[in-house]
Amino acid sequence: MEIPYTVEAHPETGLNNGKIGIWLFLTSEVMLFGALFATFIMLRLGSDGNWAAMQAEAELNIPLATLNTAVLIASSLTMVMAWASLMRGQLGRFKLFGWLTVACGGVFLVIKYFEYTAKFEHHHYPESSTFLAIYFAMTGLHALHVIGGMAWNAYFTGPGSKLFHTNRQWLTDRVEHSGLFWHFVDLVWIFLFPVFYLL
Amino acid sequence: MSEHVDIDKQVRVYFLVFGALMVGTLVTVLAAELDVSVPVALTIGLFIATAKASLVACFFMHLIDEKKIIYWTLALTVAFFIALMALPLLTSVADQVGEFAEVEAHEPH
Repeated sequence: MEIPYTVEAHPETGLNNGKIGIWLFLTSEVMLFGALFATFIMLRLGSDGNWAAMQAEAELNIPLATLNTAVLIASSLTMVMAWASLMRGQLGRFKLFGWLTVACGGVFLVIKYFEYTAKFEHHHYPESSTFLAIYFAMTGLHALHVIGGMAWNAYFTGPGSKLFHTNRQWLTDRVEHSGLFWHFVDLVWIFLFPVFYLL
Repeated sequence: MSEHVDIDKQVRVYFLVFGALMVGTLVTVLAAELDVSVPVALTIGLFIATAKASLVACFFMHLIDEKKIIYWTLALTVAFFIALMALPLLTSVADQVGEFAEVEAHEPH
């Protein structure tokens, strides 16, 4: 049985299934990270002025985090370029930008690994302070999302790209949807970076 | 995203947005070095972050050219998100009011 509205728009919504599905998923993600940001606010307000001291004690690496921000922003550019390449019918360029996006995600995780190991070497663990607890919870959850996004993009850039030869528009739409998730992950980091490292 | 798009124009916009996001990141780091009070620093930092996030959402996520149903879905999400953020803030205000009332009650008249 063929699933309807995979490529063509549903008459009621004006969108295909994938587009409406990914946006509904992203709204649930907003609430997931929203709950953690609300927790962050509550912990910071309830810290009785000790927040700055806990933040200083955690010794977060601002240059590395700035580099990671630049890497994620660059990956968002390669992601939209991958989609634009498919819109132009250029499979080779799509694969180039797709793998570049996955590689940027990898670079982000490697930098995060160095950040985390530096914390552990100084015996800074989630149980060490309230600040470190919420720091590891939120950046860890974000890193899991990066891994998920990398797997998703790697599939469409690798084996999933065969769809280009049979149903190019479906592949283009699928890449747009995986891009929406990837940009959301970038968007979350845009807030995590100043909130934990700078403010 | 509407079906009929000028990809070349879109790509130019993507590079402009990328440049703006990089500049925004630099400005965020430099602004954090300013010698201002915590509330002012928070306001500046979150303002820049919101501006950067808006650029990502509008152009990379194509929200600037999206169907009404997506806007309505996001409007509902934003409403709940604001309520979620307001909860800890209201709790803090309630705590402070409670502490103030307690001090008032113990002060000799």
